[in-house]
Amino acid sequence: MTRKKRRLYFVILGLLAVGAAAALVLSALRQDIVFFFSPTEIMEAKVPTEGRRIRLGGLVEQGSVVKDGATVRFKVTDGANALPVVYEGLLPDLFREGQGVVTEGRMGQGVFVASEVLAKHDENYMPKEVAESLKKSGHWQGEHPEQVQK
Amino acid sequence: MHRFANPARFLRIAAIIQPWAMAVAALSFAAGLWFSLFASPADYQQGETVRIMYIHVPSAWMGMFCYTAMAVFSAMGLIWKHPLADLMARATAPVGAAFTFICLVTGSLWGKPMWGTWWVWDARLTSMLILFFLYLGYMALADAFDDPERGQKAAGILALVGVVNVPVIKWSVDWWNTLHQPASVVKMGGPAIDATMMVPLILMAVAFKAYWILVLIFRTRSEIAGAKLRTLRMAQVHAAGQAE
Repeated sequence: MTRKKRRLYFVILGLLAVGAAAALVLSALRQDIVFFFSPTEIMEAKVPTEGRRIRLGGLVEQGSVVKDGATVRFKVTDGANALPVVYEGLLPDLFREGQGVVTEGRMGQGVFVASEVLAKHDENYMPKEVAESLKKSGHWQGEHPEQVQK
Repeated sequence: MHRFANPARFLRIAAIIQPWAMAVAALSFAAGLWFSLFASPADYQQGETVRIMYIHVPSAWMGMFCYTAMAVFSAMGLIWKHPLADLMARATAPVGAAFTFICLVTGSLWGKPMWGTWWVWDARLTSMLILFFLYLGYMALADAFDDPERGQKAAGILALVGVVNVPVIKWSVDWWNTLHQPASVVKMGGPAIDATMMVPLILMAVAFKAYWILVLIFRTRSEIAGAKLRTLRMAQVHAAGQAE
Protein backbone atom coordinates (compact mmCIF):
# COMPACT_ATOMS: atom_id res chain seq x y z
CA MET A 1 0.00 0.00 0.00
CA THR A 2 1.41 3.34 -1.01
CA ARG A 3 1.50 6.25 1.41
CA LYS A 4 -1.10 8.11 -0.64
CA LYS A 5 -3.47 5.18 -0.43
CA ARG A 6 -2.85 4.88 3.29
CA ARG A 7 -3.64 8.58 3.79
CA LEU A 8 -6.78 8.24 1.65
CA TYR A 9 -8.08 5.33 3.75
CA PHE A 10 -7.13 7.18 6.91
CA VAL A 11 -9.14 10.23 5.87
CA ILE A 12 -12.17 8.13 4.83
CA LEU A 13 -12.02 6.18 8.10
CA GLY A 14 -11.70 9.41 10.05
CA LEU A 15 -14.72 10.93 8.31
CA LEU A 16 -16.78 7.80 9.01
CA ALA A 17 -15.77 7.88 12.68
CA VAL A 18 -16.57 11.58 13.04
CA GLY A 19 -19.87 11.10 11.21
CA ALA A 20 -20.84 8.18 13.43
CA ALA A 21 -19.89 10.12 16.57
CA ALA A 22 -21.95 13.12 15.44
CA ALA A 23 -24.94 10.89 14.62
CA LEU A 24 -24.79 9.23 18.05
CA VAL A 25 -24.49 12.55 19.90
CA LEU A 26 -27.31 14.15 17.94
CA SER A 27 -29.66 11.20 18.37
CA ALA A 28 -28.86 11.08 22.10
CA LEU A 29 -29.70 14.78 22.39
CA ARG A 30 -32.83 14.42 20.31
CA GLN A 31 -35.15 15.67 23.06
CA ASP A 32 -33.00 18.73 23.71
CA ILE A 33 -32.57 19.79 20.12
CA VAL A 34 -36.28 19.99 19.29
CA PHE A 35 -37.35 23.61 19.46
CA PHE A 36 -40.88 23.05 20.70
CA PHE A 37 -43.29 20.37 21.88
CA SER A 38 -46.71 19.60 20.42
CA PRO A 39 -49.94 19.97 22.44
CA THR A 40 -50.25 16.16 22.50
CA GLU A 41 -46.76 15.71 23.95
CA ILE A 42 -47.49 18.22 26.70
CA MET A 43 -51.02 16.98 27.49
CA GLU A 44 -49.95 13.36 27.63
CA ALA A 45 -47.14 14.43 29.98
CA LYS A 46 -44.42 13.11 27.71
CA VAL A 47 -42.31 16.09 28.68
CA PRO A 48 -41.73 17.44 32.19
CA THR A 49 -43.72 20.66 32.46
CA GLU A 50 -43.59 21.21 36.22
CA GLY A 51 -42.15 24.66 36.90
CA ARG A 52 -40.14 24.61 33.69
CA ARG A 53 -40.18 27.07 30.83
CA ILE A 54 -41.08 25.16 27.71
CA ARG A 55 -42.09 25.93 24.16
CA LEU A 56 -45.40 24.81 22.70
CA GLY A 57 -45.81 24.73 18.94
CA GLY A 58 -48.64 24.04 16.52
CA LEU A 59 -51.37 25.77 14.56
CA VAL A 60 -53.68 28.41 16.02
CA GLU A 61 -57.06 26.68 16.05
CA GLN A 62 -59.73 28.16 13.81
CA GLY A 63 -62.17 30.38 15.70
CA SER A 64 -60.29 30.10 18.99
CA VAL A 65 -58.73 33.58 19.17
CA VAL A 66 -60.37 35.82 21.77
CA LYS A 67 -58.88 39.24 22.38
CA ASP A 68 -59.58 41.04 25.65
CA GLY A 69 -57.59 44.25 25.84
CA ALA A 70 -53.91 43.30 25.71
CA THR A 71 -54.69 39.72 26.68
CA VAL A 72 -55.15 37.13 23.95
CA ARG A 73 -56.57 33.67 24.42
CA PHE A 74 -56.28 31.05 21.74
CA LYS A 75 -55.80 27.33 21.29
CA VAL A 76 -52.77 25.66 19.79
CA THR A 77 -53.59 22.44 17.98
CA ASP A 78 -51.62 19.68 16.29
CA GLY A 79 -54.71 18.14 14.72
CA ALA A 80 -55.18 15.61 17.51
CA ASN A 81 -55.23 17.78 20.62
CA ALA A 82 -55.64 21.48 21.34
CA LEU A 83 -54.14 23.31 24.31
CA PRO A 84 -55.55 26.66 25.49
CA VAL A 85 -52.98 29.46 25.67
CA VAL A 86 -53.19 32.83 27.37
CA TYR A 87 -50.80 35.58 26.35
CA GLU A 88 -50.39 39.23 27.17
CA GLY A 89 -48.40 41.37 24.75
CA LEU A 90 -47.70 42.15 21.13
CA LEU A 91 -48.32 39.46 18.53
CA PRO A 92 -46.16 39.07 15.41
CA ASP A 93 -47.62 40.25 12.09
CA LEU A 94 -48.09 36.73 10.77
CA PHE A 95 -50.16 35.64 13.78
CA ARG A 96 -53.62 34.57 12.69
CA GLU A 97 -55.97 31.63 12.92
CA GLY A 98 -54.66 28.62 11.05
CA GLN A 99 -51.11 29.98 11.27
CA GLY A 100 -48.20 28.06 12.78
CA VAL A 101 -46.96 29.48 16.08
CA VAL A 102 -44.35 28.70 18.69
CA THR A 103 -45.12 30.00 22.18
CA GLU A 104 -42.81 30.02 25.16
CA GLY A 105 -44.00 29.94 28.74
CA ARG A 106 -45.15 27.69 31.57
CA MET A 107 -47.97 25.25 32.05
CA GLY A 108 -50.66 26.64 34.40
CA GLN A 109 -53.91 24.98 35.50
CA GLY A 110 -54.73 23.38 32.18
CA VAL A 111 -53.75 26.61 30.44
CA PHE A 112 -50.41 27.42 28.88
CA VAL A 113 -49.30 30.85 30.10
CA ALA A 114 -47.14 32.24 27.30
CA SER A 115 -44.62 35.03 27.72
CA GLU A 116 -43.58 35.03 24.08
CA VAL A 117 -45.39 34.17 20.85
CA LEU A 118 -43.44 33.60 17.63
CA ALA A 119 -44.99 33.04 14.20
CA LYS A 120 -43.84 30.09 12.12
CA HIS A 121 -44.49 30.21 8.42
CA ASP A 122 -44.47 27.36 5.93
CA GLU A 123 -42.10 26.68 3.06
CA ASN A 124 -44.46 27.82 0.30
CA TYR A 125 -43.67 31.03 -1.53
CA MET A 126 -45.98 32.36 -4.23
CA PRO A 127 -47.63 35.57 -5.36
CA LYS A 128 -51.08 36.36 -4.00
CA GLU A 129 -52.81 35.71 -7.33
CA VAL A 130 -51.37 32.20 -7.53
CA ALA A 131 -52.49 31.45 -3.98
CA GLU A 132 -55.97 32.66 -4.84
CA SER A 133 -56.29 30.63 -8.01
CA LEU A 134 -54.96 27.53 -6.25
CA LYS A 135 -57.59 28.05 -3.61
CA LYS A 136 -60.30 28.50 -6.20
CA SER A 137 -59.38 25.40 -8.17
CA GLY A 138 -59.21 23.37 -4.97
CA HIS A 139 -55.49 22.57 -5.25
CA TRP A 140 -54.53 24.55 -2.17
CA GLN A 141 -52.25 22.61 0.16
CA GLY A 142 -51.08 25.32 2.53
CA GLU A 143 -51.71 25.40 6.24
CA HIS A 144 -54.08 28.33 6.32
CA PRO A 145 -56.72 28.29 3.62
CA GLU A 146 -58.82 31.08 5.11
CA GLN A 147 -56.48 34.00 4.71
CA VAL A 148 -56.21 33.88 0.96
CA GLN A 149 -59.77 35.00 0.61
CA LYS A 150 -59.10 38.32 2.31
CA MET B 1 -7.52 15.93 -11.25
CA HIS B 2 -3.77 15.66 -10.81
CA ARG B 3 -3.19 17.47 -14.08
CA PHE B 4 -4.62 20.63 -12.59
CA ALA B 5 -2.35 20.49 -9.56
CA ASN B 6 0.41 22.17 -11.55
CA PRO B 7 0.55 25.90 -10.68
CA ALA B 8 1.66 26.96 -14.18
CA ARG B 9 -1.26 25.09 -15.73
CA PHE B 10 -3.61 26.56 -13.14
CA LEU B 11 -2.49 30.09 -14.03
CA ARG B 12 -3.05 29.42 -17.75
CA ILE B 13 -6.55 28.02 -17.21
CA ALA B 14 -7.39 30.75 -14.69
CA ALA B 15 -6.50 33.45 -17.22
CA ILE B 16 -9.02 31.93 -19.66
CA ILE B 17 -11.80 31.50 -17.08
CA GLN B 18 -11.38 34.88 -15.39
CA PRO B 19 -13.09 37.19 -17.95
CA TRP B 20 -15.96 34.71 -18.32
CA ALA B 21 -16.46 34.44 -14.57
CA MET B 22 -16.36 38.22 -14.34
CA ALA B 23 -18.99 38.62 -17.06
CA VAL B 24 -21.26 35.96 -15.60
CA ALA B 25 -20.96 37.44 -12.10
CA ALA B 26 -21.69 41.00 -13.23
CA LEU B 27 -24.55 40.14 -15.59
CA SER B 28 -26.34 37.65 -13.36
CA PHE B 29 -25.91 39.89 -10.31
CA ALA B 30 -27.39 42.87 -12.16
CA ALA B 31 -30.25 40.80 -13.56
CA GLY B 32 -30.73 39.05 -10.23
CA LEU B 33 -31.00 42.35 -8.36
CA TRP B 34 -33.44 43.69 -10.93
CA PHE B 35 -35.66 40.63 -10.59
CA SER B 36 -35.28 40.54 -6.79
CA LEU B 37 -36.24 44.15 -6.21
CA PHE B 38 -38.58 45.03 -9.08
CA ALA B 39 -39.57 42.25 -11.44
CA SER B 40 -40.81 39.63 -8.96
CA PRO B 41 -44.11 39.49 -7.10
CA ALA B 42 -44.68 40.00 -3.39
CA ASP B 43 -45.41 36.86 -1.40
CA TYR B 44 -49.04 36.01 -0.60
CA GLN B 45 -48.17 35.75 3.06
CA GLN B 46 -45.04 37.76 3.74
CA GLY B 47 -45.59 40.61 1.30
CA GLU B 48 -42.53 42.59 0.20
CA THR B 49 -40.40 41.18 3.01
CA VAL B 50 -39.93 38.05 0.93
CA ARG B 51 -37.29 39.91 -1.12
CA ILE B 52 -34.77 39.33 1.69
CA MET B 53 -34.88 35.71 0.54
CA TYR B 54 -33.00 36.53 -2.67
CA ILE B 55 -29.94 37.49 -0.63
CA HIS B 56 -30.46 35.22 2.36
CA VAL B 57 -31.00 31.87 0.64
CA PRO B 58 -28.20 32.09 -1.98
CA SER B 59 -25.86 33.24 0.83
CA ALA B 60 -26.82 30.21 2.90
CA TRP B 61 -26.17 27.96 -0.11
CA MET B 62 -22.79 29.63 -0.57
CA GLY B 63 -21.94 29.09 3.09
CA MET B 64 -22.51 25.35 2.72
CA PHE B 65 -21.09 25.10 -0.80
CA CYS B 66 -17.85 26.90 0.09
CA TYR B 67 -17.39 24.74 3.17
CA THR B 68 -17.85 21.56 1.14
CA ALA B 69 -15.40 22.86 -1.48
CA MET B 70 -12.95 23.75 1.29
CA ALA B 71 -13.23 20.26 2.78
CA VAL B 72 -12.70 18.62 -0.63
CA PHE B 73 -9.64 20.80 -1.33
CA SER B 74 -8.32 20.08 2.16
CA ALA B 75 -8.77 16.33 1.63
CA MET B 76 -6.87 16.56 -1.67
CA GLY B 77 -4.15 18.53 0.08
CA LEU B 78 -3.88 16.06 2.94
CA ILE B 79 -4.04 12.87 0.86
CA TRP B 80 -2.20 13.74 -2.34
CA LYS B 81 -0.18 16.66 -0.98
CA HIS B 82 -1.24 18.92 -3.81
CA PRO B 83 0.10 22.32 -2.84
CA LEU B 84 -2.49 23.98 -5.07
CA ALA B 85 -5.39 22.23 -3.31
CA ASP B 86 -4.25 23.70 0.01
CA LEU B 87 -4.02 27.16 -1.50
CA MET B 88 -7.51 26.86 -2.94
CA ALA B 89 -8.95 25.69 0.39
CA ARG B 90 -7.32 28.70 2.02
CA ALA B 91 -8.67 30.99 -0.72
CA THR B 92 -12.23 29.68 -0.30
CA ALA B 93 -12.47 30.14 3.48
CA PRO B 94 -13.02 33.92 3.69
CA VAL B 95 -15.60 33.81 0.88
CA GLY B 96 -17.60 31.15 2.71
CA ALA B 97 -17.25 32.98 6.01
CA ALA B 98 -18.47 36.24 4.47
CA PHE B 99 -21.52 34.61 2.88
CA THR B 100 -22.34 32.72 6.08
CA PHE B 101 -22.17 36.02 7.94
CA ILE B 102 -24.47 37.67 5.37
CA CYS B 103 -26.86 34.73 5.74
CA LEU B 104 -26.94 35.10 9.53
CA VAL B 105 -27.45 38.87 9.43
CA THR B 106 -30.15 38.87 6.72
CA GLY B 107 -31.85 35.94 8.45
CA SER B 108 -31.96 37.92 11.66
CA LEU B 109 -33.37 40.97 9.86
CA TRP B 110 -35.96 38.73 8.23
CA GLY B 111 -36.82 36.88 11.44
CA LYS B 112 -37.76 40.00 13.36
CA PRO B 113 -40.73 41.08 11.19
CA MET B 114 -41.87 37.55 10.24
CA TRP B 115 -41.29 35.39 13.30
CA GLY B 116 -41.17 38.16 15.87
CA THR B 117 -37.59 37.54 17.00
CA TRP B 118 -34.04 38.36 15.86
CA TRP B 119 -32.64 35.05 16.98
CA VAL B 120 -33.66 31.70 18.45
CA TRP B 121 -31.50 28.71 19.31
CA ASP B 122 -33.26 26.27 17.03
CA ALA B 123 -31.34 23.55 15.18
CA ARG B 124 -31.09 25.38 11.83
CA LEU B 125 -29.92 28.71 13.20
CA THR B 126 -27.51 27.15 15.67
CA SER B 127 -25.91 24.83 13.11
CA MET B 128 -25.45 27.79 10.75
CA LEU B 129 -23.73 29.76 13.53
CA ILE B 130 -21.45 26.75 14.13
CA LEU B 131 -20.57 26.83 10.42
CA PHE B 132 -19.50 30.46 10.79
CA PHE B 133 -17.30 29.57 13.77
CA LEU B 134 -15.78 26.66 11.82
CA TYR B 135 -14.72 29.11 9.11
CA LEU B 136 -13.18 31.44 11.69
CA GLY B 137 -11.42 28.51 13.34
CA TYR B 138 -10.10 27.30 10.00
CA MET B 139 -8.68 30.70 9.08
CA ALA B 140 -7.14 31.24 12.52
CA LEU B 141 -5.60 27.77 12.57
CA ALA B 142 -4.21 28.02 9.04
CA ASP B 143 -2.29 31.16 10.03
CA ALA B 144 -1.35 30.09 13.55
CA PHE B 145 1.99 28.46 12.66
CA ASP B 146 5.27 29.98 11.45
CA ASP B 147 5.51 27.10 9.01
CA PRO B 148 2.53 27.55 6.65
CA GLU B 149 2.55 23.83 5.80
CA ARG B 150 1.91 22.83 9.41
CA GLY B 151 -0.90 25.36 9.74
CA GLN B 152 -2.39 24.06 6.52
CA LYS B 153 -2.34 20.49 7.79
CA ALA B 154 -4.02 21.34 11.10
CA ALA B 155 -6.62 23.56 9.40
CA GLY B 156 -7.26 20.89 6.77
CA ILE B 157 -8.07 18.36 9.48
CA LEU B 158 -10.43 20.87 11.11
CA ALA B 159 -12.16 21.46 7.76
CA LEU B 160 -12.67 17.71 7.32
CA VAL B 161 -13.99 17.17 10.84
CA GLY B 162 -16.35 20.13 10.49
CA VAL B 163 -17.85 18.81 7.27
CA VAL B 164 -20.31 16.68 9.30
CA ASN B 165 -22.05 19.96 10.10
CA VAL B 166 -23.06 20.51 6.45
CA PRO B 167 -25.67 17.71 6.23
CA VAL B 168 -26.82 18.66 9.73
CA ILE B 169 -27.57 22.19 8.48
CA LYS B 170 -29.35 20.91 5.38
CA TRP B 171 -31.61 18.44 7.18
CA SER B 172 -31.89 20.13 10.57
CA VAL B 173 -35.36 21.37 9.63
CA ASP B 174 -36.48 17.80 8.85
CA TRP B 175 -34.81 15.95 11.72
CA TRP B 176 -36.02 18.25 14.47
CA ASN B 177 -38.88 20.66 14.75
CA THR B 178 -37.52 24.18 14.39
CA LEU B 179 -38.81 27.72 14.11
CA HIS B 180 -37.20 27.86 10.68
CA GLN B 181 -39.52 26.48 8.00
CA PRO B 182 -38.59 23.30 6.06
CA ALA B 183 -36.72 23.34 2.76
CA SER B 184 -38.44 25.08 -0.16
CA VAL B 185 -36.17 24.45 -3.14
CA VAL B 186 -34.22 21.20 -2.73
CA LYS B 187 -36.85 18.83 -1.38
CA MET B 188 -38.89 15.77 -2.25
CA GLY B 189 -41.73 16.52 -4.67
CA GLY B 190 -40.08 19.56 -6.24
CA PRO B 191 -39.71 23.18 -5.16
CA ALA B 192 -42.45 24.93 -3.18
CA ILE B 193 -41.52 28.29 -4.65
CA ASP B 194 -43.43 29.88 -7.49
CA ALA B 195 -41.51 30.05 -10.80
CA THR B 196 -41.57 33.86 -10.79
CA MET B 197 -39.69 33.77 -7.49
CA MET B 198 -37.27 31.05 -8.58
CA VAL B 199 -35.86 33.30 -11.31
CA PRO B 200 -34.18 35.88 -9.01
CA LEU B 201 -33.17 33.12 -6.60
CA ILE B 202 -31.33 31.14 -9.27
CA LEU B 203 -29.79 34.28 -10.83
CA MET B 204 -28.40 35.39 -7.47
CA ALA B 205 -27.10 31.89 -6.76
CA VAL B 206 -25.29 31.87 -10.14
CA ALA B 207 -23.87 35.36 -9.48
CA PHE B 208 -22.54 34.30 -6.08
CA LYS B 209 -20.93 31.14 -7.49
CA ALA B 210 -19.26 33.13 -10.28
CA TYR B 211 -18.01 35.60 -7.68
CA TRP B 212 -16.50 32.71 -5.73
CA ILE B 213 -14.69 31.45 -8.86
CA LEU B 214 -13.34 34.95 -9.43
CA VAL B 215 -12.11 35.37 -5.85
CA LEU B 216 -10.68 31.85 -5.97
CA ILE B 217 -8.63 32.79 -9.03
CA PHE B 218 -7.42 36.09 -7.55
CA ARG B 219 -6.52 34.68 -4.17
CA THR B 220 -4.91 31.49 -5.45
CA ARG B 221 -2.85 33.53 -7.90
CA SER B 222 -1.59 35.80 -5.15
CA GLU B 223 -0.88 32.79 -2.92
CA ILE B 224 1.20 31.24 -5.73
CA ALA B 225 3.07 34.53 -6.11
CA GLY B 226 3.57 34.65 -2.35
CA ALA B 227 4.97 31.12 -2.28
CA LYS B 228 7.36 31.97 -5.14
CA LEU B 229 8.48 35.06 -3.28
CA ARG B 230 9.16 33.01 -0.15
CA THR B 231 11.24 30.51 -2.10
CA LEU B 232 13.23 33.31 -3.78
CA ARG B 233 13.87 35.02 -0.47
CA MET B 234 14.99 31.74 1.09
CA ALA B 235 17.36 31.15 -1.81
CA GLN B 236 18.76 34.66 -1.39
CA VAL B 237 19.31 34.23 2.32
CA HIS B 238 20.88 30.87 1.65
CA ALA B 239 23.20 32.30 -1.03
CA ALA B 240 24.19 35.20 1.22
CA GLY B 241 24.96 32.74 4.01
CA GLN B 242 27.24 30.67 1.76
CA ALA B 243 29.10 33.73 0.39
CA GLU B 244 30.23 34.80 3.84
